[in-house]
Amino acid sequence: MSAVAVHLDRLTRRFGALTALDELDLDVAPGELLALLGPSGCGKTTALRLLGGFDRPDAGRVMVGGQDVTNTPANRRDMGMVFQAYSLFPNMDAHRNVQFGLRMRKMGAAQRKARADEVLDLVGLADHAGHYPYQLSGGQQQRVALARALAIEPSVLLLDEPLSALDARVRNQLRAEIRAVQQRLGITTLFVTHDQAEALSIADRVGVMHDGRLEQLGTPEEVYDRPATPFVAEFVGTMNHVAGRVLAGGRLEVLGSSLKAIGADGQQQGGMVEVLVRPEALEAVADEHGHAIVAERTFLGSLTRMRVTLDDGADLLIDVATRRGLPEPGARVAVRVTSEDALVSGPSTP
Amino acid sequence: MTILVLAAVFFLGPQVSALRYSFVQSNGENGLGNYTQLFHDSALGSSLVTSLEIAALTTVIMLALMLPTVVWVRLRLPRLAVVVESISVLPIVIPPIVMAAGLATLQSHASAQISSVIFTSPLTALTPFYVILAMPFAFRSLDVGVRAIDLRTLVDAARNLGAGWTTLLLRVILPNVRTAILTAASLTVALVLAEVVISETLLYDTYPVELVNTGQNLVGVAVALSVLSLAVTWLLLYMVSFIGNRDASRARIGRLL
Repeated sequence: MSAVAVHLDRLTRRFGALTALDELDLDVAPGELLALLGPSGCGKTTALRLLGGFDRPDAGRVMVGGQDVTNTPANRRDMGMVFQAYSLFPNMDAHRNVQFGLRMRKMGAAQRKARADEVLDLVGLADHAGHYPYQLSGGQQQRVALARALAIEPSVLLLDEPLSALDARVRNQLRAEIRAVQQRLGITTLFVTHDQAEALSIADRVGVMHDGRLEQLGTPEEVYDRPATPFVAEFVGTMNHVAGRVLAGGRLEVLGSSLKAIGADGQQQGGMVEVLVRPEALEAVADEHGHAIVAERTFLGSLTRMRVTLDDGADLLIDVATRRGLPEPGARVAVRVTSEDALVSGPSTP
Repeated sequence: MTILVLAAVFFLGPQVSALRYSFVQSNGENGLGNYTQLFHDSALGSSLVTSLEIAALTTVIMLALMLPTVVWVRLRLPRLAVVVESISVLPIVIPPIVMAAGLATLQSHASAQISSVIFTSPLTALTPFYVILAMPFAFRSLDVGVRAIDLRTLVDAARNLGAGWTTLLLRVILPNVRTAILTAASLTVALVLAEVVISETLLYDTYPVELVNTGQNLVGVAVALSVLSLAVTWLLLYMVSFIGNRDASRARIGRLL
C-alpha cells in the first residue's frame, strides 16, 4: 500500500487572468483527515473539484493510490463526496439515494439493500430509510449524503463545506459524527472549510490556503500556536498587533516581558517590530498604576473577552477564564504577556 | 364579486352555448346525432389518428433534442443561454406560410426516392416542421424546470457516484423536471392538434384540417367536435397540474404524519 493516498503535484488552475490554484503540492496519508482551510476564493474548493474530477487542471497531476487520475472522469474516480448544498436526489427516498452509487456499480439488489441499511444505520438514520429529502431536516439530509458517499466504499472521501448550511448545534453534532465515522472506517478524507474552528477541531492536519497557494500545512496545534506567516496567524484565531523591541540573543521585549522571538531574523537589535500575540496569551491585572484601561468586557460563556486601551491608544483583546473579580470597564489594568515566545510579523509601522 | 360573475359569464358563456348547440341535430331536434356522426366519420377518425401519431413523434423528438440541450447550455454554456433562447423564438417570428412555402419548394425539388420516403406520409413530412414550431414553447417550459433544480449539484453528485451522462439524464434530471416535461409535451400536442396552415397548404389530411372542412359542411358536428376537443384539452391540463402538484401534496401529507 502506498504511504500516500492522495498526491497533488504542482496542480495549477487558471480562470482567465485569475490563477485559482498556483502549483499546489499536497500529500494526504492513508486514513488521514486533512482540512483545507481558507477564505472564499483561496482555491480550496478548486483543489477539491480537481481531485474529484469535476474540473481539469491547466498543469500538474492528481495521483490517487499511486495512480495518475488527472484525466479520469469524475464517474470513474471511486471517490465519495458530500456537497455544501443539499445534493440528495429529490425523486428518491433516503434508501434509494444511498443505493444509487451501488446500482451504478451493478451490485445485486439484495446486496445493495443490505449495504444501504448498513450505512444508514452507521449515520443513525436507519428508521428514516423511506423518507424523501423533503421529509428530512438539513442535518438528516447531510447524514444521508454522507451515507451515500460511504456506501460505495470510496478510496477517498471529499467533504465540501458539508456543515455550512446547518445551524450551530446540528453543525457541532454532525462534525463529531463525521469524525467518528471517518476514524472508525479509516477512510482518507479531504475536508474543505472556511471555518477555522471546524478545521482545527476535526482534522489530523490543516492546510491553510491563500491566493491559490498553501501557506502552511501542519497539525491544528502547529497551525494555531506557530503560524508560519502573518496571514495564517490572522486567519486562524484572533491576533493582537503589539509593538516590540528587538533584544540580544533572539529575544524581544513586549509589554514589559522578555520573550523568545520567532521570525525576527534580519531585525536589528534595538529596532522596533510588530509582534502578533493571541488574546489568550495576554493577562490584565487590576493595577491603579497600570498602563491600560478596560474599554469593554464581553461575556462569552466559559471565557470573557476584554478590550483594553493602552496609554499609547492601541487596543488589545484579552481572553480570560470567566470568574468573579475581573476588572470592570473603566478600571486601570496592567497588561502582560503570558506566553514564552512571540511571532514577529515585520518592522513596526508608525 | 361582480367581476367574478362577469368573468364567469365571459368565459363560460360561449362554452355553455357551444355545448347547447352541439345537441341541436340537423333536423332541428335535440339529441346526440352530432356526436354519433363524429364516430361514424371515418375520415375524421383516421385524421385524428394521423395527428396523434404526429403529436407523439413530435413530442418524443422534441424532448430528445431539447432536454439535453437545455441541460448542457445551463451546465456548460450559461453565457450562451440568451443566444439559444433567442434562436428558439425564431419559429414564432417566421410565419407558418413561409415554412409551408419552403416545404413545398423542397418537395418539388426532391428526388423521387426522397419523396417516396418522406413526403408521401404526413408523419414524416410534417413532424420535423412541428418540432421546430414547438421549440419556443418547449424550450421555455424545460428551461424553467431545469432552472428550478440545483442542476450543478445534482449532476456532480450523480457523476461522483458513477453515473454516465445517459443515466444522469434519465434517472436524475428527467424525474425532477417531470412537470416541465409534461407542460412542454402538452403544448406540443396542442400545437400539432391546432396547426392548419402548413398541413392545409401541402394537402395533408390532419385532424385540424378535417375539423375546418367539417365545419364548412356540417356546423353542428364541427361544434360537437370542438366541445370534445376542449374537454380533452382541459383533461390534459388537469393531468399536468395534478402530477405537478403531487409532490407538494405528498410533502404536505408527510408533514402532517
